[in-house]
Amino acid sequence: MLEIKNLTYQVEDEKDATKEIINGLDLTVEDGKFIVITGPNGGGKSTLAKLIMGVNKATSGQILLDGEDLVGLNITERAKRGVSFAFQAPVHFKGIRVVDLLRLAAGKKITTIEACEYLSKVGLCAKDYINREVNSSLSGGELKRIEIATVLARGTKLSIFDEPEAGIDLWSFQNLIKVFENMRQEIKGTIIVISHQERILNIADEIVVIEDGKVKKKGPKEEILPELLGTGAASIACNKLGGNN
Amino acid sequence: MEINAIQKNILHEVANLDSIPQGAYNIRANGKSAARNTTANIDIVTKEDKPGIDIIIKPGTKGESVHIPVVLTESGLKDMVYNDFYVGEGADVTIVAGCGISNCGDQDSQHDGIHTFHVEKNARVKYVEKHYGEGDGKGERILNPVTTVYQEEGSYVEMEMVQVKGVDSTVRTNYAELKSGATLIVHEALMTHGNQKATSDYKVILNGEGASTDVISRTVAKDDSEQIFEVTIEGNCACHGHAACDSIIMGNAHVLAIPKLDAKNVDAALVHEAAIGKIAGDQLTKLMTLGLTEEEAEEQIVAGFLR
Repeated sequence: MLEIKNLTYQVEDEKDATKEIINGLDLTVEDGKFIVITGPNGGGKSTLAKLIMGVNKATSGQILLDGEDLVGLNITERAKRGVSFAFQAPVHFKGIRVVDLLRLAAGKKITTIEACEYLSKVGLCAKDYINREVNSSLSGGELKRIEIATVLARGTKLSIFDEPEAGIDLWSFQNLIKVFENMRQEIKGTIIVISHQERILNIADEIVVIEDGKVKKKGPKEEILPELLGTGAASIACNKLGGNN
Repeated sequence: MEINAIQKNILHEVANLDSIPQGAYNIRANGKSAARNTTANIDIVTKEDKPGIDIIIKPGTKGESVHIPVVLTESGLKDMVYNDFYVGEGADVTIVAGCGISNCGDQDSQHDGIHTFHVEKNARVKYVEKHYGEGDGKGERILNPVTTVYQEEGSYVEMEMVQVKGVDSTVRTNYAELKSGATLIVHEALMTHGNQKATSDYKVILNGEGASTDVISRTVAKDDSEQIFEVTIEGNCACHGHAACDSIIMGNAHVLAIPKLDAKNVDAALVHEAAIGKIAGDQLTKLMTLGLTEEEAEEQIVAGFLR
């Protein structure tokens, strides 16, 4: 079980004033659940995901995974405790091939056939990709799928996906949805996806709405999704953006 | 002459040789020829005026290989050797050179291999040269290779130069002249660490219509090491030249990249790219999210980069 208690994350802005990105956030996620976190831009969703992985360091509070506090552990230690993370903008590596990255993710010397299976699960024709370098010759959509495949290859008890749809064209997105629809069978653990997409929200067990660094709403999809659609989920972001500008 | 265990290990490192190679070979150990084989198409002849060999490959020879590894295991030995390759018209061969030094003594060990290639019309050569050093003596391991290539019309030469461990000081000098339709591809992979110094100087002259070259260098400089990479491409006709030097800098290392393009014809198309930078933080972060420590992540990034 993942329990986040009174989590805060502060940064200093250009005028050296302290700004709270995450503001005393509490959240409990039961094992084996598919959770989608949504909410307006700038509300703290991606920051929360990075705080769980340790990419950003919490200012205060606790992140308990099966009772153990992850705050204070570095990224590697958290990864070894069973946290995986798919980045919103996957990085390039000159010289590191797709198969190398999948092997590193799996943490053992998997066969080419096993590596290919992970690629097939994210809708990539394995033989075309397995020996390609993870460099800028790959499109945004291809990189995203490879990023997701690395999380599948890890198969940890908690997998976090930060806006998997960001930067993907509509055509690729249709296929990506299928990947997530199938993922519930593929990953035996808790899945947290940060997303604005109705089709991803629609496959959630629970939806969490984060705004101003706090959990604004949390509940079963059946309860939260109609509310979001009723108020216009997408328009939350638009209003926020419009209001700021 | 017997080849001992240390020498066997070095042969493995520089030429991937674990047994007697197929085809022609000449193994040089501590300044002397240790083993040699010639074939019906490839002859190896000892020079009479200076140390070294002539490797003569008959026109039309296809799919054969020549291995000419050098091993130095005596501390204080300074070895200079001249190897001339004559690759006949239409031949297609692989040449594996390479030098490994194991210096456990206090005196410097040095090998300077002067290689000259005469590549005839439409011949194809793949040349692999790997440098390796080991041994914990105070004596330095020094390698100063010189490669000169003369390419006739339509010939194709691909050179792979690898030096990733244990060589204290290297000055590499490469010079090539290409006639029409000839192509030269160079891939250099270099890693320096400790107080090592490595200089690479490439000069490619494109003399014939349609000649082309691509010189690609990937290097990693660690600790207090120093690297200088200088490449000049001279275009004297309608030709294509491209040079790319890409380096990762770490610790207190110093990397100097000097690409130089010299066009003497309006149809010479010459391009260079040079980039030096540290390992990107987001690359380390990604690999750490896969469970690697920062050090392990660094190793993987460097190994991939130099692949």
